[in-house]
Amino acid sequence: MRKAITRLGAVTYRFFNEAGEIFSLLGKILFFSKKLIEDRALLFEQMIAIGYNSLPIVLMVGAFTGAVSAWQTNYQIEGYVPVRFLGLATYKAVVIELGPVLTALILAGRIGSSIAAELGTMKVTEQIDALESLAINSVRYLAVPRFFAGLFMMPILVIFADFIAVLGAFLVAQLFLGIPPQIFFSEIPTYFHVHDIMAGLYKATMFGAIISLIGCYIGFATTGGAEGVGKATIRSFVLSAILILIADYLMATLLF
Amino acid sequence: MIEIKGLTKSFEDKPVLQGVDLTIGTGESIVIIGRSGCGKSVLLKLLIGLLTPDSGQIIIDGSDITSLKESELYKVRHKFGVLFQGAALFDSMTVRENVSLGLTEHTDLSPDRIAEISDEKLRQVGLPDIQDLKPAELSGGMKKRVGLARAIAMNPQYVLYDEPTTGLDPIMADIINELVIRLNDELDVTTIAVTHDMVSAYKVADRIVMLHRGVILFDGTPEEVKNTDNEVVRQFIEGRAEGPIKPVPIGGVSLGNHRSG
Ligand SMILES: Nc1ncnc2c1ncn2[C@@H]1O[C@H](COP(=O)(O)OP(=O)(O)OP(=O)(O)O)[C@@H](O)[C@H]1O
Ligand SMILES: [Mg+2]
Repeated sequence: MRKAITRLGAVTYRFFNEAGEIFSLLGKILFFSKKLIEDRALLFEQMIAIGYNSLPIVLMVGAFTGAVSAWQTNYQIEGYVPVRFLGLATYKAVVIELGPVLTALILAGRIGSSIAAELGTMKVTEQIDALESLAINSVRYLAVPRFFAGLFMMPILVIFADFIAVLGAFLVAQLFLGIPPQIFFSEIPTYFHVHDIMAGLYKATMFGAIISLIGCYIGFATTGGAEGVGKATIRSFVLSAILILIADYLMATLLF
Repeated sequence: MIEIKGLTKSFEDKPVLQGVDLTIGTGESIVIIGRSGCGKSVLLKLLIGLLTPDSGQIIIDGSDITSLKESELYKVRHKFGVLFQGAALFDSMTVRENVSLGLTEHTDLSPDRIAEISDEKLRQVGLPDIQDLKPAELSGGMKKRVGLARAIAMNPQYVLYDEPTTGLDPIMADIINELVIRLNDELDVTTIAVTHDMVSAYKVADRIVMLHRGVILFDGTPEEVKNTDNEVVRQFIEGRAEGPIKPVPIGGVSLGNHRSG
Protein backbone atom coordinates (compact mmCIF):
# COMPACT_ATOMS: atom_id res chain seq x y z
CA MET A 1 0.00 0.00 0.00
CA ARG A 2 2.72 2.45 1.05
CA LYS A 3 4.61 1.44 -2.06
CA ALA A 4 1.59 2.11 -4.26
CA ILE A 5 1.16 5.56 -2.72
CA THR A 6 4.84 6.39 -3.18
CA ARG A 7 4.58 5.27 -6.78
CA LEU A 8 1.47 7.30 -7.36
CA GLY A 9 3.27 10.27 -5.84
CA ALA A 10 6.22 9.81 -8.14
CA VAL A 11 4.01 9.52 -11.21
CA THR A 12 2.01 12.60 -10.23
CA TYR A 13 5.20 14.49 -9.57
CA ARG A 14 6.59 13.52 -12.98
CA PHE A 15 3.35 14.51 -14.65
CA PHE A 16 3.27 17.99 -13.15
CA ASN A 17 6.97 18.44 -13.63
CA GLU A 18 6.68 17.58 -17.31
CA ALA A 19 3.58 19.72 -17.78
CA GLY A 20 5.46 22.59 -16.16
CA GLU A 21 8.37 22.17 -18.54
CA ILE A 22 6.10 22.07 -21.57
CA PHE A 23 4.40 25.30 -20.47
CA SER A 24 7.75 26.90 -19.77
CA LEU A 25 8.88 26.07 -23.32
CA LEU A 26 5.60 27.48 -24.65
CA GLY A 27 6.21 30.65 -22.64
CA LYS A 28 9.69 31.05 -24.11
CA ILE A 29 8.36 30.43 -27.63
CA LEU A 30 5.69 33.09 -27.19
CA PHE A 31 8.29 35.47 -25.76
CA PHE A 32 10.48 35.08 -28.84
CA SER A 33 7.55 35.25 -31.25
CA LYS A 34 8.23 38.99 -31.53
CA LYS A 35 11.30 38.03 -33.58
CA LEU A 36 9.17 36.10 -36.06
CA ILE A 37 9.23 38.83 -38.73
CA GLU A 38 13.01 39.10 -38.44
CA ASP A 39 13.35 35.31 -38.65
CA ARG A 40 10.83 34.86 -41.46
CA ALA A 41 13.32 32.95 -43.60
CA LEU A 42 13.48 30.25 -40.93
CA LEU A 43 9.69 30.27 -40.65
CA PHE A 44 9.17 29.85 -44.40
CA GLU A 45 11.66 27.01 -44.50
CA GLN A 46 9.67 25.20 -41.83
CA MET A 47 6.34 26.02 -43.43
CA ILE A 48 7.56 24.27 -46.57
CA ALA A 49 8.92 21.32 -44.61
CA ILE A 50 5.83 20.99 -42.45
CA GLY A 51 3.09 22.17 -44.77
CA TYR A 52 3.90 21.67 -48.40
CA ASN A 53 5.74 18.38 -47.94
CA SER A 54 2.83 16.94 -45.94
CA LEU A 55 0.32 17.67 -48.67
CA PRO A 56 0.39 14.25 -50.40
CA ILE A 57 -0.33 12.28 -47.23
CA VAL A 58 -2.95 14.80 -46.13
CA LEU A 59 -4.77 14.53 -49.46
CA MET A 60 -4.62 10.77 -49.21
CA VAL A 61 -6.08 10.81 -45.71
CA GLY A 62 -8.76 13.24 -46.87
CA ALA A 63 -9.82 11.17 -49.85
CA PHE A 64 -10.21 7.96 -47.87
CA THR A 65 -11.87 9.66 -44.92
CA GLY A 66 -14.51 11.08 -47.23
CA ALA A 67 -15.00 7.87 -49.16
CA VAL A 68 -15.37 5.73 -46.04
CA SER A 69 -17.67 8.13 -44.26
CA ALA A 70 -19.99 8.37 -47.26
CA TRP A 71 -20.21 4.60 -47.44
CA GLN A 72 -20.70 4.12 -43.69
CA THR A 73 -23.16 6.97 -43.30
CA ASN A 74 -25.20 5.59 -46.16
CA TYR A 75 -25.33 2.22 -44.40
CA GLN A 76 -26.33 3.81 -41.08
CA ILE A 77 -29.07 6.10 -42.35
CA GLU A 78 -30.50 3.73 -44.95
CA GLY A 79 -34.19 3.33 -44.26
CA TYR A 80 -34.36 5.93 -41.44
CA VAL A 81 -33.22 9.16 -43.00
CA PRO A 82 -33.87 10.36 -46.54
CA VAL A 83 -30.84 9.84 -48.75
CA ARG A 84 -30.65 13.53 -49.63
CA PHE A 85 -29.18 14.08 -46.14
CA LEU A 86 -26.19 11.85 -46.89
CA GLY A 87 -24.11 14.70 -48.32
CA LEU A 88 -24.90 16.95 -45.37
CA ALA A 89 -24.10 14.28 -42.79
CA THR A 90 -20.71 13.39 -44.29
CA TYR A 91 -19.85 17.03 -44.90
CA LYS A 92 -20.52 17.95 -41.26
CA ALA A 93 -18.68 14.94 -39.86
CA VAL A 94 -15.69 15.72 -42.04
CA VAL A 95 -15.49 19.44 -41.38
CA ILE A 96 -16.12 19.37 -37.65
CA GLU A 97 -14.39 16.21 -36.56
CA LEU A 98 -12.85 13.78 -39.03
CA GLY A 99 -10.84 16.24 -41.11
CA PRO A 100 -9.04 17.97 -38.23
CA VAL A 101 -8.58 14.93 -35.98
CA LEU A 102 -7.44 12.39 -38.56
CA THR A 103 -5.14 14.89 -40.26
CA ALA A 104 -3.69 15.83 -36.88
CA LEU A 105 -3.11 12.23 -35.85
CA ILE A 106 -1.35 11.44 -39.12
CA LEU A 107 0.75 14.58 -38.90
CA ALA A 108 1.63 13.87 -35.27
CA GLY A 109 3.39 10.87 -36.76
CA ARG A 110 4.86 12.67 -39.72
CA ILE A 111 5.72 16.15 -38.44
CA GLY A 112 5.87 15.75 -34.67
CA SER A 113 8.17 12.76 -34.85
CA SER A 114 10.42 14.37 -37.42
CA ILE A 115 10.78 17.52 -35.30
CA ALA A 116 11.56 15.38 -32.25
CA ALA A 117 14.09 13.30 -34.21
CA GLU A 118 15.78 16.31 -35.77
CA LEU A 119 16.08 18.33 -32.56
CA GLY A 120 16.90 15.20 -30.58
CA THR A 121 19.79 14.41 -32.92
CA MET A 122 20.99 17.99 -32.64
CA LYS A 123 20.82 17.68 -28.86
CA VAL A 124 22.78 14.44 -28.55
CA THR A 125 25.42 15.53 -31.08
CA GLU A 126 25.92 18.83 -29.18
CA GLN A 127 24.67 20.91 -32.11
CA ILE A 128 22.30 22.69 -29.75
CA ASP A 129 25.21 23.42 -27.40
CA ALA A 130 27.13 24.71 -30.41
CA LEU A 131 24.27 27.01 -31.34
CA GLU A 132 24.10 28.33 -27.80
CA SER A 133 27.87 28.79 -27.73
CA LEU A 134 27.47 31.10 -30.74
CA ALA A 135 25.13 33.15 -28.53
CA ILE A 136 22.12 32.03 -30.57
CA ASN A 137 19.12 31.13 -28.47
CA SER A 138 18.07 27.61 -29.43
CA VAL A 139 14.41 28.19 -28.61
CA ARG A 140 14.32 31.26 -30.82
CA TYR A 141 16.27 29.66 -33.65
CA LEU A 142 14.80 26.16 -33.64
CA ALA A 143 11.53 26.00 -31.72
CA VAL A 144 9.85 29.28 -32.70
CA PRO A 145 9.82 28.68 -36.49
CA ARG A 146 8.69 25.06 -36.05
CA PHE A 147 5.96 25.97 -33.60
CA PHE A 148 4.45 28.70 -35.74
CA ALA A 149 4.86 26.72 -38.95
CA GLY A 150 2.82 23.95 -37.31
CA LEU A 151 0.24 26.40 -36.02
CA PHE A 152 -0.18 28.21 -39.35
CA MET A 153 0.01 25.24 -41.70
CA MET A 154 -2.30 22.86 -39.89
CA PRO A 155 -5.56 24.72 -40.65
CA ILE A 156 -4.47 25.13 -44.28
CA LEU A 157 -3.76 21.41 -44.55
CA VAL A 158 -7.11 20.65 -42.95
CA ILE A 159 -8.90 22.83 -45.50
CA PHE A 160 -7.30 20.72 -48.22
CA ALA A 161 -8.19 17.51 -46.41
CA ASP A 162 -11.80 18.63 -45.90
CA PHE A 163 -12.17 19.60 -49.51
CA ILE A 164 -10.78 16.34 -50.83
CA ALA A 165 -12.82 14.39 -48.29
CA VAL A 166 -16.09 15.92 -49.44
CA LEU A 167 -15.04 15.28 -53.02
CA GLY A 168 -14.21 11.67 -52.12
CA ALA A 169 -17.58 11.25 -50.42
CA PHE A 170 -19.31 12.70 -53.42
CA LEU A 171 -17.50 10.36 -55.82
CA VAL A 172 -18.44 7.30 -53.73
CA ALA A 173 -22.04 8.47 -53.59
CA GLN A 174 -22.12 9.11 -57.31
CA LEU A 175 -20.26 6.05 -58.54
CA PHE A 176 -21.20 3.31 -56.07
CA LEU A 177 -24.38 4.47 -54.33
CA GLY A 178 -26.06 5.98 -57.37
CA ILE A 179 -26.76 9.35 -55.75
CA PRO A 180 -26.63 12.22 -58.26
CA PRO A 181 -24.91 15.51 -57.38
CA GLN A 182 -28.05 17.61 -57.08
CA ILE A 183 -29.31 15.21 -54.36
CA PHE A 184 -25.94 14.81 -52.63
CA PHE A 185 -25.40 18.52 -52.22
CA SER A 186 -29.09 19.45 -51.82
CA GLU A 187 -29.24 19.95 -48.03
CA ILE A 188 -25.82 21.47 -47.49
CA PRO A 189 -26.78 25.11 -48.26
CA THR A 190 -29.75 24.97 -45.88
CA TYR A 191 -27.71 23.76 -42.93
CA PHE A 192 -24.46 25.49 -43.79
CA HIS A 193 -22.98 27.26 -40.74
CA VAL A 194 -19.70 29.11 -40.99
CA HIS A 195 -19.30 28.22 -37.32
CA ASP A 196 -18.85 24.51 -38.21
CA ILE A 197 -15.97 25.25 -40.54
CA MET A 198 -14.39 27.72 -38.13
CA ALA A 199 -14.70 25.25 -35.25
CA GLY A 200 -12.85 22.67 -37.32
CA LEU A 201 -10.14 25.19 -38.12
CA TYR A 202 -9.80 26.30 -34.49
CA LYS A 203 -9.29 22.68 -33.61
CA ALA A 204 -6.75 22.30 -36.40
CA THR A 205 -4.79 25.32 -35.18
CA MET A 206 -4.76 23.93 -31.66
CA PHE A 207 -3.65 20.49 -32.89
CA GLY A 208 -0.90 22.06 -35.01
CA ALA A 209 0.38 23.92 -31.96
CA ILE A 210 0.28 20.73 -29.87
CA ILE A 211 2.15 18.67 -32.48
CA SER A 212 5.01 21.10 -32.98
CA LEU A 213 5.26 22.11 -29.31
CA ILE A 214 5.49 18.48 -28.17
CA GLY A 215 7.94 17.66 -30.98
CA CYS A 216 10.20 20.52 -29.86
CA TYR A 217 9.84 19.70 -26.17
CA ILE A 218 10.70 16.02 -26.64
CA GLY A 219 13.53 16.91 -29.03
CA PHE A 220 15.16 19.32 -26.59
CA ALA A 221 14.80 16.81 -23.75
CA THR A 222 16.47 13.95 -25.66
CA THR A 223 19.41 12.20 -24.04
CA GLY A 224 21.24 8.97 -24.73
CA GLY A 225 22.51 8.91 -28.29
CA ALA A 226 20.82 7.25 -31.26
CA GLU A 227 18.73 5.05 -28.98
CA GLY A 228 17.47 8.13 -27.20
CA VAL A 229 16.50 9.72 -30.50
CA GLY A 230 14.51 6.61 -31.44
CA LYS A 231 12.65 6.73 -28.14
CA ALA A 232 12.05 10.45 -28.56
CA THR A 233 10.23 9.97 -31.87
CA ILE A 234 7.88 7.41 -30.31
CA ARG A 235 7.32 9.48 -27.19
CA SER A 236 6.56 12.54 -29.25
CA PHE A 237 3.94 10.69 -31.29
CA VAL A 238 2.25 9.07 -28.29
CA LEU A 239 2.18 12.23 -26.21
CA SER A 240 0.86 14.45 -28.99
CA ALA A 241 -1.75 11.88 -30.05
CA ILE A 242 -3.08 11.73 -26.47
CA LEU A 243 -3.09 15.50 -26.14
CA ILE A 244 -4.87 15.87 -29.50
CA LEU A 245 -7.66 13.56 -28.38
CA ILE A 246 -8.01 15.33 -25.02
CA ALA A 247 -7.95 18.76 -26.68
CA ASP A 248 -10.54 17.56 -29.21
CA TYR A 249 -12.90 16.62 -26.41
CA LEU A 250 -12.34 19.84 -24.48
CA MET A 251 -12.81 21.98 -27.57
CA ALA A 252 -15.96 20.09 -28.54
CA THR A 253 -17.48 20.96 -25.17
CA LEU A 254 -16.42 24.58 -25.52
CA LEU A 255 -17.38 25.14 -29.15
CA PHE A 256 -20.72 23.35 -29.36
CA MET B 1 40.62 36.89 -17.00
CA ILE B 2 38.65 33.89 -15.81
CA GLU B 3 38.42 32.99 -12.13
CA ILE B 4 36.80 29.73 -11.14
CA LYS B 5 36.09 29.41 -7.44
CA GLY B 6 34.84 26.35 -5.57
CA LEU B 7 33.01 24.99 -8.59
CA THR B 8 30.94 21.85 -8.02
CA LYS B 9 28.70 19.93 -10.37
CA SER B 10 27.04 16.56 -10.08
CA PHE B 11 24.60 14.67 -12.26
CA GLU B 12 21.87 12.79 -10.38
CA ASP B 13 23.97 12.36 -7.24
CA LYS B 14 27.02 11.43 -9.27
CA PRO B 15 29.66 14.01 -8.36
CA VAL B 16 31.78 15.19 -11.28
CA LEU B 17 33.41 18.43 -10.16
CA GLN B 18 33.98 18.75 -6.42
CA GLY B 19 35.44 22.16 -5.83
CA VAL B 20 37.50 23.34 -8.79
CA ASP B 21 39.60 26.47 -8.22
CA LEU B 22 41.41 27.85 -11.23
CA THR B 23 42.49 31.26 -12.46
CA ILE B 24 43.24 31.77 -16.13
CA GLY B 25 44.99 34.98 -17.08
CA THR B 26 44.33 36.91 -20.27
CA GLY B 27 46.51 35.74 -23.14
CA GLU B 28 47.47 32.57 -21.31
CA SER B 29 47.48 29.18 -22.99
CA ILE B 30 46.29 26.59 -20.55
CA VAL B 31 45.80 22.90 -21.18
CA ILE B 32 43.57 20.79 -18.96
CA ILE B 33 44.46 17.13 -18.85
CA GLY B 34 42.69 14.32 -17.09
CA ARG B 35 41.24 10.90 -17.57
CA SER B 36 38.26 10.18 -19.74
CA GLY B 37 35.10 10.98 -17.82
CA CYS B 38 36.78 13.17 -15.20
CA GLY B 39 34.67 16.16 -16.20
CA LYS B 40 36.79 18.13 -18.64
CA SER B 41 34.00 18.70 -21.14
CA VAL B 42 31.64 19.49 -18.28
CA LEU B 43 34.08 22.15 -17.05
CA LEU B 44 34.20 23.77 -20.50
CA LYS B 45 30.40 23.77 -20.75
CA LEU B 46 30.13 25.38 -17.33
CA LEU B 47 32.49 28.14 -18.48
CA ILE B 48 30.05 29.37 -21.11
CA GLY B 49 26.90 28.67 -19.14
CA LEU B 50 25.71 25.66 -21.14
CA LEU B 51 25.46 23.90 -17.79
CA THR B 52 24.76 25.53 -14.45
CA PRO B 53 26.96 24.61 -11.49
CA ASP B 54 25.59 23.32 -8.19
CA SER B 55 27.77 25.81 -6.34
CA GLY B 56 30.77 28.02 -6.91
CA GLN B 57 31.55 31.03 -9.06
CA ILE B 58 32.80 31.56 -12.58
CA ILE B 59 33.99 35.13 -12.94
CA ILE B 60 34.72 36.20 -16.50
CA ASP B 61 36.32 39.63 -16.85
CA GLY B 62 34.77 40.65 -13.55
CA SER B 63 31.23 39.35 -13.96
CA ASP B 64 30.04 36.17 -12.32
CA ILE B 65 28.21 34.27 -15.05
CA THR B 66 26.48 31.97 -12.57
CA SER B 67 24.28 34.88 -11.50
CA LEU B 68 23.76 36.61 -14.84
CA LYS B 69 20.45 37.14 -16.58
CA GLU B 70 20.05 35.16 -19.78
CA SER B 71 20.48 38.16 -22.06
CA GLU B 72 23.72 39.13 -20.29
CA LEU B 73 24.99 35.57 -20.46
CA TYR B 74 24.59 35.69 -24.24
CA LYS B 75 26.75 38.83 -24.32
CA VAL B 76 29.47 37.03 -22.39
CA ARG B 77 29.29 34.15 -24.88
CA HIS B 78 30.28 36.54 -27.65
CA LYS B 79 33.74 36.57 -26.10
CA PHE B 80 34.07 32.82 -26.59
CA GLY B 81 34.71 30.49 -29.46
CA VAL B 82 34.21 26.82 -28.78
CA LEU B 83 35.47 23.77 -30.61
CA PHE B 84 33.34 20.86 -29.44
CA GLN B 85 34.68 17.37 -28.87
CA GLY B 86 32.65 15.89 -31.73
CA ALA B 87 32.89 19.12 -33.79
CA ALA B 88 29.08 19.49 -33.49
CA LEU B 89 28.67 20.91 -36.99
CA PHE B 90 25.11 21.78 -38.01
CA ASP B 91 24.42 18.96 -40.41
CA SER B 92 21.59 20.68 -42.25
CA MET B 93 23.99 23.44 -43.34
CA THR B 94 26.94 23.60 -45.70
CA VAL B 95 30.44 24.13 -44.38
CA ARG B 96 30.35 27.81 -45.25
CA GLU B 97 26.97 28.29 -43.59
CA ASN B 98 28.34 26.60 -40.49
CA VAL B 99 31.32 28.92 -40.30
CA SER B 100 29.32 32.05 -41.07
CA LEU B 101 26.27 31.46 -38.87
CA GLY B 102 27.55 33.63 -36.01
CA LEU B 103 28.36 36.47 -38.39
CA THR B 104 25.01 36.18 -40.14
CA GLU B 105 23.15 36.29 -36.83
CA HIS B 106 25.13 38.93 -34.99
CA THR B 107 26.54 41.37 -37.52
CA ASP B 108 25.22 43.60 -40.28
CA LEU B 109 27.94 42.62 -42.72
CA SER B 110 26.90 41.95 -46.31
CA PRO B 111 26.50 38.31 -47.37
CA ASP B 112 29.50 38.68 -49.68
CA ARG B 113 31.70 39.99 -46.88
CA ILE B 114 30.52 37.19 -44.58
CA ALA B 115 31.33 34.57 -47.22
CA GLU B 116 34.75 36.17 -47.65
CA ILE B 117 35.47 36.03 -43.91
CA SER B 118 34.35 32.45 -43.56
CA ASP B 119 36.40 31.35 -46.58
CA GLU B 120 39.39 33.10 -45.03
CA LYS B 121 38.85 31.21 -41.75
CA LEU B 122 38.56 27.95 -43.68
CA ARG B 123 41.85 28.72 -45.42
CA GLN B 124 43.46 29.29 -42.03
CA VAL B 125 42.51 25.77 -40.95
CA GLY B 126 43.78 24.35 -44.23
CA LEU B 127 40.43 23.67 -45.91
CA PRO B 128 40.13 26.10 -48.78
CA ASP B 129 37.92 24.22 -51.22
CA ILE B 130 35.11 22.59 -49.29
CA GLN B 131 32.73 25.50 -48.62
CA ASP B 132 29.77 23.91 -50.34
CA LEU B 133 30.02 20.43 -48.88
CA LYS B 134 27.76 19.18 -46.11
CA PRO B 135 29.28 17.91 -42.83
CA ALA B 136 28.26 14.34 -43.68
CA GLU B 137 30.69 14.44 -46.62
CA LEU B 138 33.71 15.30 -44.44
CA SER B 139 36.20 13.09 -42.62
CA GLY B 140 36.43 13.34 -38.83
CA GLY B 141 39.54 15.47 -39.00
CA MET B 142 38.01 17.83 -41.54
CA LYS B 143 34.96 18.25 -39.30
CA LYS B 144 37.25 19.20 -36.42
CA ARG B 145 38.91 21.85 -38.53
CA VAL B 146 35.60 23.25 -39.79
CA GLY B 147 34.51 23.36 -36.13
CA LEU B 148 37.65 25.31 -35.37
CA ALA B 149 37.01 27.72 -38.24
CA ARG B 150 33.51 28.27 -36.87
CA ALA B 151 34.88 28.83 -33.36
CA ILE B 152 37.22 31.59 -34.50
CA ALA B 153 34.91 33.20 -37.06
CA MET B 154 33.86 36.00 -34.72
CA ASN B 155 37.40 36.70 -33.48
CA PRO B 156 36.74 35.60 -29.90
CA GLN B 157 38.87 36.61 -26.91
CA TYR B 158 38.75 33.15 -25.44
CA VAL B 159 38.88 29.94 -27.44
CA LEU B 160 37.89 26.69 -25.78
CA TYR B 161 39.16 23.56 -27.48
CA ASP B 162 37.70 20.21 -26.48
CA GLU B 163 40.29 17.69 -27.67
CA PRO B 164 41.33 19.57 -30.80
CA THR B 165 43.75 16.90 -32.02
CA THR B 166 41.93 13.69 -31.15
CA GLY B 167 41.19 11.68 -34.27
CA LEU B 168 43.66 13.55 -36.48
CA ASP B 169 46.77 12.09 -38.04
CA PRO B 170 50.02 13.29 -36.41
CA ILE B 171 50.79 15.75 -39.17
CA MET B 172 47.35 17.31 -39.13
CA ALA B 173 47.46 17.32 -35.31
CA ASP B 174 50.65 19.35 -35.52
CA ILE B 175 49.08 21.77 -37.99
CA ILE B 176 46.24 22.31 -35.53
CA ASN B 177 48.72 22.77 -32.68
CA GLU B 178 50.54 25.40 -34.72
CA LEU B 179 47.27 27.10 -35.47
CA VAL B 180 46.29 27.17 -31.80
CA ILE B 181 49.66 28.67 -30.93
CA ARG B 182 49.45 31.24 -33.70
CA LEU B 183 45.97 32.36 -32.64
CA ASN B 184 47.22 32.65 -29.11
CA ASP B 185 50.33 34.65 -30.06
CA GLU B 186 49.16 36.82 -32.91
CA LEU B 187 45.59 37.60 -31.95
CA ASP B 188 46.14 37.61 -28.19
CA VAL B 189 43.53 34.94 -27.74
CA THR B 190 43.31 33.18 -24.40
CA THR B 191 43.52 29.46 -25.06
CA ILE B 192 41.82 26.87 -22.90
CA ALA B 193 42.31 23.40 -24.30
CA VAL B 194 41.30 20.01 -23.01
CA THR B 195 43.24 17.02 -24.21
CA HIS B 196 44.65 13.56 -23.54
CA ASP B 197 47.29 14.14 -26.19
CA MET B 198 50.46 14.94 -24.23
CA VAL B 199 52.43 15.84 -27.37
CA SER B 200 49.87 18.51 -28.09
CA ALA B 201 49.71 19.58 -24.44
CA TYR B 202 53.47 20.15 -24.18
CA LYS B 203 53.51 22.01 -27.45
CA VAL B 204 50.56 24.31 -26.89
CA ALA B 205 50.57 24.98 -23.16
CA ASP B 206 52.12 27.74 -21.09
CA ARG B 207 50.56 25.96 -18.20
CA ILE B 208 49.13 22.48 -17.68
CA VAL B 209 46.57 21.59 -15.04
CA MET B 210 45.36 18.12 -14.24
CA LEU B 211 41.76 17.49 -13.25
CA HIS B 212 41.43 14.40 -11.10
CA ARG B 213 38.57 13.20 -8.88
CA GLY B 214 36.74 16.47 -9.30
CA VAL B 215 39.54 18.83 -8.27
CA ILE B 216 42.64 20.43 -9.79
CA LEU B 217 45.34 18.01 -8.70
CA PHE B 218 48.28 19.67 -10.40
CA ASP B 219 49.04 23.09 -11.83
CA GLY B 220 52.37 23.97 -13.43
CA THR B 221 54.42 24.65 -16.55
CA PRO B 222 55.09 21.86 -19.05
CA GLU B 223 58.62 21.61 -17.57
CA GLU B 224 57.19 21.17 -14.09
CA VAL B 225 54.84 18.50 -15.34
CA LYS B 226 57.68 16.55 -16.90
CA ASN B 227 59.68 16.68 -13.68
CA THR B 228 56.92 16.19 -11.14
CA ASP B 229 57.09 13.61 -8.34
CA ASN B 230 53.34 13.39 -8.17
CA GLU B 231 52.65 9.72 -8.85
CA VAL B 232 49.16 10.29 -10.28
CA VAL B 233 50.41 12.87 -12.76
CA ARG B 234 53.41 10.71 -13.67
CA GLN B 235 51.19 7.73 -14.34
CA PHE B 236 48.91 9.80 -16.56
CA ILE B 237 51.58 11.51 -18.65
CA GLU B 238 53.53 8.31 -19.08
CA GLY B 239 50.35 6.42 -19.90
CA ARG B 240 50.89 3.48 -17.58
CA ALA B 241 48.18 1.05 -16.48
CA GLU B 242 49.95 0.47 -13.16
CA GLY B 243 49.96 3.18 -10.53
CA PRO B 244 47.76 5.06 -8.08
CA ILE B 245 45.00 5.55 -10.69
CA LYS B 246 43.11 2.28 -10.85
CA PRO B 247 41.62 1.86 -14.29
CA VAL B 248 38.28 0.10 -14.31
CA PRO B 249 38.98 -3.40 -15.59
CA ILE B 250 37.22 -4.20 -18.84
CA GLY B 251 34.40 -6.67 -18.11
CA GLY B 252 36.38 -9.79 -17.16
CA VAL B 253 38.05 -10.20 -20.54
CA SER B 254 41.44 -11.76 -20.09
CA LEU B 255 43.95 -12.15 -22.86
CA GLY B 256 45.10 -15.52 -21.42
CA ASN B 257 41.74 -17.08 -22.20
CA HIS B 258 41.85 -15.85 -25.75
CA ARG B 259 45.26 -17.34 -26.32
CA SER B 260 44.41 -20.77 -24.93
CA GLY B 261 40.87 -20.80 -26.38
N1 LIG C 1 24.43 16.03 -19.46
C1 LIG C 1 24.88 15.05 -18.66
N2 LIG C 1 24.03 14.30 -17.93
C2 LIG C 1 24.47 13.35 -17.10
N3 LIG C 1 25.76 13.05 -16.91
C3 LIG C 1 26.67 13.74 -17.61
C4 LIG C 1 26.29 14.78 -18.52
N4 LIG C 1 27.40 15.31 -19.06
C5 LIG C 1 28.43 14.62 -18.51
N5 LIG C 1 28.00 13.69 -17.64
C6 LIG C 1 28.86 12.79 -16.86
O1 LIG C 1 29.87 13.57 -16.28
C7 LIG C 1 31.10 12.87 -16.33
C8 LIG C 1 32.16 13.74 -16.97
O2 LIG C 1 31.87 13.86 -18.35
P1 LIG C 1 32.79 14.67 -19.34
O3 LIG C 1 32.11 14.60 -20.66
O4 LIG C 1 33.08 16.00 -18.79
O5 LIG C 1 34.11 13.81 -19.37
P2 LIG C 1 35.47 14.17 -20.08
O6 LIG C 1 36.47 14.42 -19.02
O7 LIG C 1 35.25 15.22 -21.09
O8 LIG C 1 35.80 12.78 -20.77
P3 LIG C 1 36.37 12.51 -22.25
O9 LIG C 1 37.83 12.75 -22.18
O10 LIG C 1 36.06 11.08 -22.48
O11 LIG C 1 35.66 13.42 -23.18
C9 LIG C 1 30.85 11.58 -17.06
O12 LIG C 1 30.78 10.56 -16.11
C10 LIG C 1 29.53 11.76 -17.73
O13 LIG C 1 28.82 10.56 -17.70
MG1 LIG D 1 35.10 15.30 -23.07
